Amino acid sequence: MSTSANNGHARALPWALVTPALGWTLLFFVLPFIAMGFSSLTAHEGGGFTASNYSQFFTNPSYWQAMVNSLEVTAIVTVISVLLAYPFAWILAEQVPERWQRLALMLAVLPFWTSYVVRSYSWLLVLAQNGVINRALTGSGLISEPLQLANTRFATVTGFVHFFVMLLTLTIFANLKQLSPSYRKAAADLGAGPVRTFLDVVLPLTLPGIMVGAFLTFVLCIGDYITPQILGGNNELLMPQLVMMQIGRRGDFPLASALSIILMAVVTIAYLACARWLKIERA
Amino acid sequence: MSAKASNPLSILKTHLRAATAAAALLLATGAQAADLNALIWCDHADPALLQPFEEANGVKVNVKEFEGTGAGLAIVEQSQPGDWDVMVIDSIDVPRGVEKGLFEPLPEDKLPLADLFAQVKMDGSTVVGGKRYGITEKFGYNTIGYNKTKVDPADMQSMAALTGDKYKGKVAIYDYYLPVIGMAALAIGKKTADLTEADLPALKDELLKMKANAKLVGEVTASQTALATGEVDILVGGGEWVTAGLAKENPALDFSIPKEGAILWSQSLAMFKDSKNKDMALKFIQYIMSPEGQARLATSSCYWGMPANTKAALTDDQKKVLRFDEQPGFLARAQAYPAPNADLDKKMQDMWTEMLQAK
Repeated sequence: MSTSANNGHARALPWALVTPALGWTLLFFVLPFIAMGFSSLTAHEGGGFTASNYSQFFTNPSYWQAMVNSLEVTAIVTVISVLLAYPFAWILAEQVPERWQRLALMLAVLPFWTSYVVRSYSWLLVLAQNGVINRALTGSGLISEPLQLANTRFATVTGFVHFFVMLLTLTIFANLKQLSPSYRKAAADLGAGPVRTFLDVVLPLTLPGIMVGAFLTFVLCIGDYITPQILGGNNELLMPQLVMMQIGRRGDFPLASALSIILMAVVTIAYLACARWLKIERA
Repeated sequence: MSAKASNPLSILKTHLRAATAAAALLLATGAQAADLNALIWCDHADPALLQPFEEANGVKVNVKEFEGTGAGLAIVEQSQPGDWDVMVIDSIDVPRGVEKGLFEPLPEDKLPLADLFAQVKMDGSTVVGGKRYGITEKFGYNTIGYNKTKVDPADMQSMAALTGDKYKGKVAIYDYYLPVIGMAALAIGKKTADLTEADLPALKDELLKMKANAKLVGEVTASQTALATGEVDILVGGGEWVTAGLAKENPALDFSIPKEGAILWSQSLAMFKDSKNKDMALKFIQYIMSPEGQARLATSSCYWGMPANTKAALTDDQKKVLRFDEQPGFLARAQAYPAPNADLDKKMQDMWTEMLQAK
C-alpha cells in the first residue's frame, strides 16, 4: 500500500470514529435545539414571527421570580451537597479500609437504585405532618405541634440534597483516590500537620473534582421538574414547573420553548464560568 | 405550495414531528393498523374497562395517556393523520378540536343521548355548527372535598370557610386554574359563563385569600394524597373524583356542594376525522356509553366520577358513594367550567402563576 493511501486512511480514521457521536449530537441535540429556537420565536396564536415569548419573561414578575427561585434553590442544594459529600467521600477514601470501600460505595449509592419519583414520594411521607420526623419530635415532647416540613422549599432542598450527595460523593471519591499519597507524605516531611496538609494540599488538588461535581449538581438540579413538583407543594414555582405549566391545557409550546432556552442560557453561563475557572486553575 | 411549507425549517420540523410521533406510537403501544388507537385520560387505561371491549371485538386498544387539552392536541399535531381513532377531551374544549379540523361528526341516532343527564350533554360545546362532535361520558364537580371527622360538615356548605381563619393551614388547592378560578367566581357571586377581564382583580383577591390558607397547591395525585394522609383536611376543587375512589379505605372523606354552587367538570369522547378504523371507533364510543361501559368507567381505578348515562349499571353501594340519587339537586346548582377565549385564558393562567408565587 502506498504512503499516500496510508495517510488518507490515517486522516479518515478519526472522522470515522467521531461520526457516530457527531451524528447522535446532530440528531438529538442540534436539530431539536434548532426546532425549539424556531418555535420560541413563533406566536402561539396565529403563528408568525415574534419576540414576545422572550419579552414576557422579562416583563412578568411571576416568570422572573421562577428563575430567582430556581437559582436560589439550586445554589442552596449545590452548597449543602458539596459540604456533606466531601467529608463523606474523604472518610470513604481515607478512613475505610480498601477491602470495604467497594461495599461502602455500593451502600452509598443504594438510593440510586430506586425510582426518582418513588424516592420523592417517600420523602413526602417522611416529612408529612404525620410522618416519621414529626411523630418522633412530638412523641419525644420536643414540640407540641407538628412542623410544616412537607410542601415547602425545605422539602424540595432535602429531596435534592439526598440525590446529589450521592452523585457528588462518587465524583469527589474518584478525585481523592487519584491523589498520590506522596503529596501528603511530602507535606508531612515539610512539617505540615493533618489540617494544614488538608487545607493547603488535598483540598486545592481536589477542587477540580468538586467543581465538576458541583456543576453537574447545578445542571441537573436547575432543570428538574419532579422533585419540586412533588415535595414543594407548588408553594413557589421553579422554572421547569413554569415551562410545564405552559404546555398542560394551553399547549403554548412557543412560550415553553422560550423559557427553556432562557434556562439553557443560564446553564451555559454556569458552564462557561466553571470551564474558565478550571482553565485558570490548570494554568 | 405555501410560503410556510417551502420554508426548510418548517419542512424539517414537519418531518421530525412525523418521525417522532410515529416512533413514539410504535414504541409506546406496539400499534398495528387493525388496532384501535386512543388518546385518553388515565381512567380509560383501566384493564377492567378495556378488556371486555377488546375480547368482544377481537381488537387491541392502544392507549396513550395525556393531561391537559393542549398536551393532547400537541400529540395529535405531531402525529400523522390517521394515527389516532378516538380522544377523550374536556367537553368545553371540543370546539378547539373542531376548529383544527380534527373531529368527525358523531351519528346521534346511534348513541344513547336520550339516556344522558340532560345538564351534562353540554350541547353548547359538544355540538358545533349543528353537528355533534363529542359526547359527554363522565362528569363530576370541582367543589369542596373534606374529611368529615376533622372539619365541621356544616362549615363546608359555604365557600367562606375556605378563606376564613378556622381552617388556616388545613387546606389544599387543586392545581388547575380553570375550575378553581370558577370556584373563586362563585365565591364572589359571579357566574362562570359571564367572566370577563374586568373580573380578574376580584378573582385574584379571592385566590390570594385561598392561597393564604393553603398548605399546598397540588395536582391530582398530590392533592388526593394530602387529603387521604391527613396532611390537609379540605381540598379546594376536590369532589367525588377524589373521595369516591378512596371511600372504602377512608370513609371519612366526603364532598359538599356549597350554597354558592360548584363547578361542573365533564369529559367527552370524540372520533378523529382521519381515523382509519371509524366503525371500530364508533363501537368503542358506543361501548363506553353503554350501561356496562359507563359503570366501569365511573369506577375506574384511576379516579371515580359520575357516569353521564343515567342507566349506568352501578351497584347500590357504588351509587351511594357517588351520591347518584342526589345528582339532580347538585346539577341544578352547578355551573360549567369557565370557557375563556385564548386571550382571557392566557390572562387567567398568568393570574394563577401569580397566585402560586405569592408568599
